[in-house]
Amino acid sequence: MIITRQVVKVGIADMNVAKNPDTIRTSGLGSCVGVVLYDEFQKIAGLVHVMLPDSSLNRTESINLAKFADTGIPAMIEQLKLEGVQPFKLKAKIAGGAQMFQFASSRDTLRIGPRNVEAVKACLLQFKIPLIAEETGGSSGRTIEFDPSTGLLNIRTVNQGVIDI
Amino acid sequence: MGIHQNITSIHLDVLKEIGNIGAAHAATALSSLLNKKIDMKVPKVEMVSFDDMMDLAGGPDNVVTAIYLRIEGDVSGSMFFILPIEQSNAFIRNLIQDPTFDFEKPPLSEIGISAMQELGNILSGSYLSALSDFTRLKIYPTVPALTVDMVGAIISFGLVELSQVSDYVIVIDTAIHEEDVPGSEDVRGHFFLLPDPESFDSIFKSLGVTLP
Repeated sequence: MIITRQVVKVGIADMNVAKNPDTIRTSGLGSCVGVVLYDEFQKIAGLVHVMLPDSSLNRTESINLAKFADTGIPAMIEQLKLEGVQPFKLKAKIAGGAQMFQFASSRDTLRIGPRNVEAVKACLLQFKIPLIAEETGGSSGRTIEFDPSTGLLNIRTVNQGVIDI
Repeated sequence: MGIHQNITSIHLDVLKEIGNIGAAHAATALSSLLNKKIDMKVPKVEMVSFDDMMDLAGGPDNVVTAIYLRIEGDVSGSMFFILPIEQSNAFIRNLIQDPTFDFEKPPLSEIGISAMQELGNILSGSYLSALSDFTRLKIYPTVPALTVDMVGAIISFGLVELSQVSDYVIVIDTAIHEEDVPGSEDVRGHFFLLPDPESFDSIFKSLGVTLP
């Protein structure tokens, strides 16, 4: 039997879920953080492409939950629950949070990458989801793809090759 | 922020004119710097989602040479000058007379990086001073930063400020390419000007158009 694998794509400030044999990918993470929540036994994973640390920054009329660390992660947990996942089995891997440009400025937005990473970690801690691996910081963009069947997160960086964590 | 709903075709025309004047000056500067003919497309002004914004520059995965600067003053926002790798290689090889220079093969020579930074400086400087003269608004750019990376990683940085108030972005997009070179239509450079939402009011007011 031929198994066709599909790649589920996640845009910026977006989230989605993939089940074995499919994989899930998000492209061009800079200061944004890609958060993978997965259950290695059910072989299912959710990916959130977080853009900002805290929903208190939100000034739009309707809120896009996936945009913020503190709303995106709970929303993903809820979505995985609907797929029959028990939250205590979830594990996390994260990547991104780079500092793309160095400026001599005190503007807080320029530290957005590290702030996103801190906010994601705080939120994972709050929901008691263990962080298994991370590839964060630096000053390069990343494209990440998670394979729920192996639990490996594949990370591609320009001019620095490919790694699995 | 209701500003996006109130923008009409007149406002879009005003923004197009800004793209036109800015990029025309920048293209002229580029042309005299390289001693080459540079062709410029009619500017596009679009209100797009963040994902579509990435696609305008070739998709989030696409690796490009980018010059980024923040602008402050009467108008604030982000400005990008994005070049496909092969086009920036061609420009810099021509400028520093070194045919081996390649942005995809680090470590990059100091002189090549410096030449690209200077190119970015001159182009963004001419774009913004033309814009400032036209609107009589004070515009203070930061020192341009150079990077070679994925479009998604670069552009999302310029969207941070904006993403707090909107899920859409108004982008003033002007494409340029070398004239008389076969295939050069496919290796376009782009100027993207992304004004912060609160800046549209000052831009329109300066040109005698008001928002309803």
